[in-house]
Amino acid sequence: MTAVTTTTATPPGSTAPSTAEEGHRVRRRRRLSPGRRLPATRLLGPALVLVLWAAASAAGELDPGAVPAPWTVLETGARLWTEGTLADDILTSLRRAGSGFVIGLTAGILLALASGLSRTGEALIDGSVQLNRAVPTLGLIPLFILWLGIGETFKIAIIAIVVYIPIYLNTHAALSGIDHRFVELAEVQGLSRLAFIRQVVVPGALPGFFVGLRLGVTGSWLGLVVLEQINATSGLGYLMFQAQNYGQTDVILVGLVVYGIFGLVSDTAVRLIERRVLSWRRTLSS
Amino acid sequence: MAPHTEQLTRPAVRLRGLTRSFEGRTVLDDIDLDLPAGQFTALLGHSGSGKSTLLRAVAGIDHGVAGSGTLTAPERVSVVFQDSRLLPWRRILPNVLLGLDGRDAGERGRAALAEVGLAGRERAWPNELSGGEAQRAALARSLVREPELLLADEPFGALDALTRIKMHALLRQLWERHRPSVLLVTHDVDEAVALADRVLVLERGRIGLDLTIEREAGAHAAYRTRLLRALGVTEAVA
Repeated sequence: MTAVTTTTATPPGSTAPSTAEEGHRVRRRRRLSPGRRLPATRLLGPALVLVLWAAASAAGELDPGAVPAPWTVLETGARLWTEGTLADDILTSLRRAGSGFVIGLTAGILLALASGLSRTGEALIDGSVQLNRAVPTLGLIPLFILWLGIGETFKIAIIAIVVYIPIYLNTHAALSGIDHRFVELAEVQGLSRLAFIRQVVVPGALPGFFVGLRLGVTGSWLGLVVLEQINATSGLGYLMFQAQNYGQTDVILVGLVVYGIFGLVSDTAVRLIERRVLSWRRTLSS
Repeated sequence: MAPHTEQLTRPAVRLRGLTRSFEGRTVLDDIDLDLPAGQFTALLGHSGSGKSTLLRAVAGIDHGVAGSGTLTAPERVSVVFQDSRLLPWRRILPNVLLGLDGRDAGERGRAALAEVGLAGRERAWPNELSGGEAQRAALARSLVREPELLLADEPFGALDALTRIKMHALLRQLWERHRPSVLLVTHDVDEAVALADRVLVLERGRIGLDLTIEREAGAHAAYRTRLLRALGVTEAVA
């Protein structure tokens, strides 16, 4: 599709009027798009920050009390892992986020299906969820502590709420956005209600569901961080909160790195599953 | 799939006093119509004349449309739409088999695809097909159910002229082999005359003209003139 650099013919879009004796050389237009993507460029920025950080620490430009060197953070991480409670804290945090996420995911899917597939369900569910969405979930913490106590249950409940809302909203939007022509087709082909849901509704709603799923995964980490830093006696957030009291910036950074890894790994996992499940869409973009 | 050449006298489709209206505007006005089994009928009309409404009524997919009258149609009815309506998340063969089950379904689907010239494309994704190929797949999907009545709602309307000519030949050939009753809705007079044995003109919610087409040389132009006049197009008729 690229223009030929040397041609004597006048292109139809040429600005100058064509003359019979001599045409115009076509010069390639200035490219306005950013051009081809460089390989692994997403890692370039973070790598640069890391190098600057290490260089500044080595040169003694950074106050080790405020920003410890990268290797100090690594050493602290290793020490906490072998001698301290880091492994236990990670496990506790993962269990909280995981339980809340699974409950939120299940609730989001079930509610979206019930509300997307029946008018009664929609009347009962959709308004309530929209109302629930309007209240910031973290604002429910005091109430939930009074109801459920300060144990694990209330933390899992809050995370579940943070997770189910985006999953419900996006899945429901995708369900009600299913092309009416496909519904008509299913009727004409004589599909049963179950076959219709399995073969038309679910695959049609999957792209929207995955948008919600990624938001939900992010939300579960966000909820976890907040909950563990204000009302916990174990877990990563608690570890960091304690470190704040003793001025251990390296421990806080270890916690942040672990949170970062959690987020990155879970988001990558969702994206891989999405690419697999929605493989039929790839042919569109390639 | 054995061709049965005997013409049945019992009508495949019978409409009595069929009336349909949208928001008080009458689209179909007390229509009586019989379509004999195995007949290829074309339904002509301007856009908005109610021809799609009639087809959708016969297909039983006009939910929420006000109306009255009685309507009988065969058990096995297939519909071909203007767009191919292939589910983008299924490959071609499962698309053709949509709503069909049984052990030999796969075999029948492959045979239907071969019949429309798509053998070997079973595992293609719908968005890898051209417009004509997608419409062929849609034809295969309707054929594999061995319909007694095939309803087609401007099935070639979105195709380019060359593809359309090929599709005409294919549809006529498929009809001759399987002999379902066909109701083809179109606004293309030439398409109607080329394909159908009987052409109905729908005008202001009623059948304005009911024309039997005899396949004889040189008759095409005369039919065309009559149909265009019935549709109110006189300028182009020279």
